[in-house]
Amino acid sequence: MSLPTTQPVKMQRQGDANAAGKRSGLVPNWLNPFLPPIFITLILLAGNLSFGILESYSRTLLAIVTAVSLEMILGRVTLGKWPHPASAYISGISVGILLRSPAFWPYALCSALSITSKYALRIRGRHIWNPSNFGICAMLILASQAVASLSIQWGNNFASLVVIWVLGSVIVWRAKRLHITLTYVICFIALSILRAHITGDPWQAEVSPITGPMYQLFIFFMITDPKTTVRSRVGQCIVAATIAVLEFFFRLNSSIYAPLYALFWVGPLAMLIEMGIDSRRGRAAIAPAVASVKEVRA
Amino acid sequence: MKRAVVTRIFITIFFAVLLAVPWMVRHFSSSPKVAGVHDPQAALSRYGFSLREVSHAAGIDFVHQAPQLDAKLDGIMPEVASMGASVSIVDYDRDGWPDIYVTNSAIGSKNHLYHNNHDGTFTDVAEQMGIADVNQPGTGVSMGAVWGDYDNDGYEDLFLIKWGRPELFHNDQGKHFIRVTDQAGLPPWINANSAVWLDYDGDGRLDLFVGGYYPEDVNLWNLRNTRMMPDSFEYANNGGRKYLFHNLGNGHFEEVSAKVGIDSRRWMLACAAADLRGTGYPDLFVANDYGVSELYINDHGHFHEAGKEAGVGFAPKSGMNVSFGDIFDQGKFSVYVSNISEEGVLIQGNNLWVPQSGSTLKYVNMARDLGVELGGWSFGAQFGDFNNDGNLDLYLANGFVSLDRDRSYWYDFAKVAGGNSSIIGDAANWPAFNGRSLSGYQQKRLWLNDGEGKFVDVAQAVGAVDTYDGRAVALADLWNTGALDIVVANQRGPLLIYKNTVDPDNQWIEFSLEGVKSNRSAIGAQVTLYWDGKEQLQQVSGGNGFASENDRRLHFGLGKNPSIEKAVIHWPSGEVQTLNNLASDRLYTVKEAQ
Repeated sequence: MSLPTTQPVKMQRQGDANAAGKRSGLVPNWLNPFLPPIFITLILLAGNLSFGILESYSRTLLAIVTAVSLEMILGRVTLGKWPHPASAYISGISVGILLRSPAFWPYALCSALSITSKYALRIRGRHIWNPSNFGICAMLILASQAVASLSIQWGNNFASLVVIWVLGSVIVWRAKRLHITLTYVICFIALSILRAHITGDPWQAEVSPITGPMYQLFIFFMITDPKTTVRSRVGQCIVAATIAVLEFFFRLNSSIYAPLYALFWVGPLAMLIEMGIDSRRGRAAIAPAVASVKEVRA
Repeated sequence: MKRAVVTRIFITIFFAVLLAVPWMVRHFSSSPKVAGVHDPQAALSRYGFSLREVSHAAGIDFVHQAPQLDAKLDGIMPEVASMGASVSIVDYDRDGWPDIYVTNSAIGSKNHLYHNNHDGTFTDVAEQMGIADVNQPGTGVSMGAVWGDYDNDGYEDLFLIKWGRPELFHNDQGKHFIRVTDQAGLPPWINANSAVWLDYDGDGRLDLFVGGYYPEDVNLWNLRNTRMMPDSFEYANNGGRKYLFHNLGNGHFEEVSAKVGIDSRRWMLACAAADLRGTGYPDLFVANDYGVSELYINDHGHFHEAGKEAGVGFAPKSGMNVSFGDIFDQGKFSVYVSNISEEGVLIQGNNLWVPQSGSTLKYVNMARDLGVELGGWSFGAQFGDFNNDGNLDLYLANGFVSLDRDRSYWYDFAKVAGGNSSIIGDAANWPAFNGRSLSGYQQKRLWLNDGEGKFVDVAQAVGAVDTYDGRAVALADLWNTGALDIVVANQRGPLLIYKNTVDPDNQWIEFSLEGVKSNRSAIGAQVTLYWDGKEQLQQVSGGNGFASENDRRLHFGLGKNPSIEKAVIHWPSGEVQTLNNLASDRLYTVKEAQ
């Protein structure tokens, strides 16, 4: 999981750094890269102090330290300079929230897999999997005896729901990615009605997952990750809808981690299609070199 | 080769190694291989004991009947009606042989009191004793039983834990039981699964702690609506209230929970009491479903909840058991709390809370380090030295709902459990079970303590091979042979008696205590045995594990050729009694000094 990008990063991708200051409103430019980490840290602290969402502080800290350390090392080795730690910090926190295990080692390993996947699994200089989505899916498949990601946390209550909806909406709206979240939510609700019709289960049971706060981390912060989503607004909506549709089928097959697995497959596929289209349009010749540097740095 | 290429190769190899780590962890950290087939002789020679299931041969063919609740719950009946099988050990007629009481949970079904015939068989005498027909329509059904001599007349009385009207039966000289619920002043309805006798204020009379599961205003056979489920699967606070009944000494009890600082509506499933700090007053450890455990510290009769400070009340799980055991032979109790672990779905892990040295009560969870963390959907557990080697072992019952082996309810469970409280709190929103299993057909665990900080599961090798939905576990030397036998109550399944045969070279000693200034059951009395440079602490309990109570007698394994130094008894009255010149392979009956 990564939080939606900050304005400066978007502007860099468009080659217009100066626009960042104009669009960031009251927030100084230097602060922008730190906003997502600050937001997610606040969510983490609020959630843990009110509901004890974390397995423990020490495990989450281990996940964060592992992610940031590895990002520093791999970034330095690969690029010859120190990368900004914000992205890795967020990945570490994501692992701390989403992974559930009484052991310590899964937290370190999941963070390590998440970060290393960014450097090991690259196509034309871009990593195509959302790092923490990759790490958690890998752990769920390879280490099922030791980990789970069952979302029975955060107290299941209305207050936490509102907190996450408000904070999440603000963040994705600022990042101009609210359309991705809304597309997914609308599709999920529509498909939950269809699923209820097919399975004969109460509709409330089918729509239940999206009312869980942990699930909302997925729809606000994971599927909107700018580095592993396509560029065009229409394309982003199509990808979000496709994730919901694939998740629909996974759910009909009783897959507990349906959304994570759906993103695992749809995300990279969408990226590859976009690269193919770029290539056909002749832009691919310059994209890898530029993207290589920017993506790893970010 | 270019540096970039070398870097890329290095990162790829590193990535591959990371992907292989889970396999390596599974491969290298797995427990030592234990034979999966039961060969009694091999088990005896390798592990020092062997179990044989003898219930039918002992004349016991009891099969538990689950409750059938309001039809509004039909779809999820296997889940909500998943408890009620319990077992408690009592010598109700003081003949020196442990008897067995088991509960049934269907309306109209009968509970059984199996009298020990001293010849390896048992006879059900519940009907003639007046404690069989206790599940009548309109009164709810049995969930468990705890025994304590509340009037100090020398005979153990019965408190019947129910989803319904709780009942207190007075034991009339071991000849009959008389219902005294109304005189005692108990409330008309509690939906409880656990209770414990304790003398919380040290007045020499047994008091009674009861914790509700469903709220007490819910009649599960006549629901007003279906909003009776927990409002969260980790932070539920809408369960039944807790009660502390103070024994006034005249057959009456006064409910004092609020007065003494106990106020909680967590969904309690298990509790046990022990003096954990050496103050002379028993503290209360409570395991809650859908939430954190609670530790009620007893300050001379007044409690304060200290779960978080002690380290046991932070991570919410699905607590279903509380057992105390001095697993390191260091004179301190560790606490075992069972939870849920299902591979690939939910890994809560059971907790083994080990006390830390220092002036304040602090615990760390060492279940993983010691190898007793993963036990499936775990329920009742008991510590006992099954091979008499001087180290406390651990038996764990497990398995939730065993129906269709090939179809699981886990997906639907997870789907709803993660949702908003308004959805999960209403039973009508839960998909129907339709004959599916939920963590069913699980293999039991019998973890053997090697005395060096590791437990190894030998259940299959020593003969604990059933896969019923285990609930309550009680330990007793049923045949007075110096070996701890295991009695297991299974939901919708048979009562199992695992008779234990132990290597005769491994010796033992047992103590049967009787209080004088203390309560006559000696509940709360602690015995520390010193032998061969070791010390082991045990206590007489008024209920522990899950819906169970062990034999009053304390059983210590001693190993081969032991040299016993002494036994020190700390009575609840504060008296300390030291026994010297003790011999092994003997039962000592000890009366508190006047």
